[in-house]
Amino acid sequence: MAIIRKQQVEVEGRWHEEEVIVEQDDLAPWADERVMTHVGRGRPRTDAEARVTGTAKYTYDIAPAGMLWAGILHSPYPHARVKSIDTTQASALPGVRCILTHDDCRHIAWNDHTPLLTDIARFHGDEIAAVAADSEAILADALELLSVEYEELPFIVDPVAALAEGAVEIHPGTDPGGNRAAPPTEYSRGDVERGFAEAEVVVEARYRTPAAVHNSLEPHGSVAMWENDLLTVWDTTQHIFGIRAELAEKLSIPLNKVRVISQYMGGGFGAKNDLSKATALAAIMARKTRRPVKLMLTREQENLASGHRPPAVVDVELGARKDGTLTAIRARAVSTAGAYGRYPFSICGAMHELYRCDNVETVQEDVFINTGPSCAFRGPGYVEGIFALDSAMDELAAALGMDPLELRLANYAESNQVRQMPYSAKHLRESYRSGAAAIGRHERSSGGEGRRRRGIGMASQVWGGGGAPPSYATMRVNADGTFDLATGTQDLGTGTKTVMTQVAAEELGVAEEKIRISIGDTLACPYSLLSAGSLTVPSVSPAVRNAASEVKRQLLDLASAMLETDAAQLDIRGGEVVACPGGERKLTVDEVAAKAGNYMIIGKGARGPNPTDSSVNTFGVQFAEVEVDTGTGEVRVLRVVAAHEFGRVLNPLTLSSQIEGGVLQGVGYGTLEERVIDARIGRVVNANLTDYQLPTAMDTPEITSLFTGPPDTVANNVGAKGAGEPPIIPTAPAVANAVYAATGVRIRELPINAARVLEALRDGGEE
Amino acid sequence: MNRSRCNLTVRGPAAVDLTLEVNGLDRQVRMEPRATLLDTLRVQLALTGAKRVCDRGECGACTVLIDGEAVYACMTLAVECEGRSIVTIEGLAGEEKLHPIQQAFIETDALQCGFCTSGQILAAKALLDRNPHPTSDEIRRGVSGNLCRCGTYPKIFRAVERAADLLDRER
Repeated sequence: MAIIRKQQVEVEGRWHEEEVIVEQDDLAPWADERVMTHVGRGRPRTDAEARVTGTAKYTYDIAPAGMLWAGILHSPYPHARVKSIDTTQASALPGVRCILTHDDCRHIAWNDHTPLLTDIARFHGDEIAAVAADSEAILADALELLSVEYEELPFIVDPVAALAEGAVEIHPGTDPGGNRAAPPTEYSRGDVERGFAEAEVVVEARYRTPAAVHNSLEPHGSVAMWENDLLTVWDTTQHIFGIRAELAEKLSIPLNKVRVISQYMGGGFGAKNDLSKATALAAIMARKTRRPVKLMLTREQENLASGHRPPAVVDVELGARKDGTLTAIRARAVSTAGAYGRYPFSICGAMHELYRCDNVETVQEDVFINTGPSCAFRGPGYVEGIFALDSAMDELAAALGMDPLELRLANYAESNQVRQMPYSAKHLRESYRSGAAAIGRHERSSGGEGRRRRGIGMASQVWGGGGAPPSYATMRVNADGTFDLATGTQDLGTGTKTVMTQVAAEELGVAEEKIRISIGDTLACPYSLLSAGSLTVPSVSPAVRNAASEVKRQLLDLASAMLETDAAQLDIRGGEVVACPGGERKLTVDEVAAKAGNYMIIGKGARGPNPTDSSVNTFGVQFAEVEVDTGTGEVRVLRVVAAHEFGRVLNPLTLSSQIEGGVLQGVGYGTLEERVIDARIGRVVNANLTDYQLPTAMDTPEITSLFTGPPDTVANNVGAKGAGEPPIIPTAPAVANAVYAATGVRIRELPINAARVLEALRDGGEE
Repeated sequence: MNRSRCNLTVRGPAAVDLTLEVNGLDRQVRMEPRATLLDTLRVQLALTGAKRVCDRGECGACTVLIDGEAVYACMTLAVECEGRSIVTIEGLAGEEKLHPIQQAFIETDALQCGFCTSGQILAAKALLDRNPHPTSDEIRRGVSGNLCRCGTYPKIFRAVERAADLLDRER
């Protein structure tokens, strides 16, 4: 039954209240002691064979007959007025089918007030024109033949400088003005001045984090095809239903005339949450040319224009008593939307929640600068914020002469201090204990006098991960005893299809092989939330379980009619209808399905409401051991122990892969990755995979994943929470703290590369 | 690279006819001399297992085997490949069963999004063909020319070890 209620919704670390229509969830959570047959088992991916044989078709691989190849011309300047675009030569090239410039797209607004193709370039990479041609070779030639006359404008690429009086205005005449992308985000509780007055030790420092680019191996892009009035779009996206809604709105067409498909995608990491310009341009050019159009960004454009984790400057001040008790936390963060970014992510959120403290005051400023638009990137805000906070905690521990782990235990937050309610579950103490034991923290000595020095550091993590409604699943029974499961979610590479199949098989009592799951198709599947913010498992799996439960009820109804017994006396186990209790076999599910024939059993399941009186979160800790070569400055991350809690573990095999992946991205962020802009010309100088350094096999530490705690039965009927973001969050500060433990020098700017280490060592360590 | 076997007599810019031996079959293609092997495989032959990611010989997602060696197809011109034996991911499995390396990648979950997987598997194949019992350090080096943004490396190392075992059992 539908109920309307207000709920706190968290997306990518930001909370807001909204009214939602949800279905009451009557299914009791799986009990702790239930013996599981499918859930909790390490299963290889259901679609692994397609992925290892090259037969999995990603958006980049889709090629309908007669398809055109499209591309984008982008601005070489960080800020410039487009005075004219001469398309004569490009148009004359045989095989060029369509050229779009801002004049053709003025009616389609993007980022509030700017057009789809801009006449004022606001960053190196801003989209100026688009071309569709018969082949990629002709496309490349046509893009070179477009002749654009620019008038260069003054630019600004430093977020702090953008707030200064008299700075170049990037969006003059818009609110709130002064290059602010949003009004400052302020938070306070208690009395921070009194807290600092009570403090016996105060540490204060400025931390800097770089712009990091997702660099999903599959770039943004789409294939768009019109068949009469139906637009089909293959898109590499984390939210097929969101893309459908955005496309329908931009093109002024009904929702049921847009079909969005994302069967396989080559990574997302937050960059593919929203409609890409590439998708809209492909759809427009396909309509104009009456041919399918493929538009995939180049790797350079992927680095320039498709989003990034914004750089941040975070000032943190901590006050504590001599016993380590925090008396005050004050922070100010400056981050950036780039030229157009959509909303600020909460850098200070972690300061409010991670440690117990009565007096907290934070402010975050988000500014426009002349760089590509920023967007969500795995653990947005929290990655930056916890680097600052947990580095500062380490500095506080050193100032107090206290063990860093003891300091964290002394400030353990038992409840959610922002929402003023208990956590549905929190077992971080256990993670601290098991993680510390696994890394051998007390058996290993840090530092030393040799050239190569080792050290162990730690950092903690808090994140949402509780999921939310609405998400739905449907399940149908076929006459041969197989099942079609459908849910409009996406699989970014996380193993969504596999764990949803396990959940359905568990609830229904049939083999996983009997179930085929369809996802990633707005025509074939019911709505599910975007796959971001660690939402997928806790949002979609309870809906899948409900759909399977409904199918089971209908199957047992039919079986009871066939057996002339009460349905309540029957159950399904191992593909058989059995007496309950007792367990003797009565029928097989195949026999019931055959009896049903073309009588359609369809189960629909919905994600129920979130608890209103407790906060559902994930927690964890990582310990990193590094070796620093004090001669070259090279930092090698040797080992990482990642101890996290996600409630019920649905598939330990794929979950451990996700943890390892998060840690490796954290190692990249902590030691390698940095978008570099030449401030004199405002251009990105490393928009490729040679100079933008991703972690390789050679950078891979030994990673141990530990899962803490029982199922979270308060969270949802499956008891599982999301694991996407948590593993990247504590890695970089754990590495920074390990470098300190090894060398005695504190590095407050990421990435901690050889140059920064050498500089810090030269400057003499302890300041 | 053994250039003496390449037919480099073609002249552009117009398209030319080529015969390429791909996965054991002779395939006729018509490509401009500037076309890379990667684009030729993907567009003309619809063999899309090799991916275009960096397009500059950095990431390895386009890896194919040429005469048994792992090669970046984005850095190789199609016209260089006449008379040479090209194997793509589509040509690795037998009719009935997967190649042991593919089987090992599945069992150990050595893939997440899968966009790099074709290249990883072919890099592993080239490694195991020349060194059937690699050390863990040799495995790391053997796949170090192939980026994985999902960070699947620990599982890939395990998959290569497992594949070496499976291949041993077949011998």
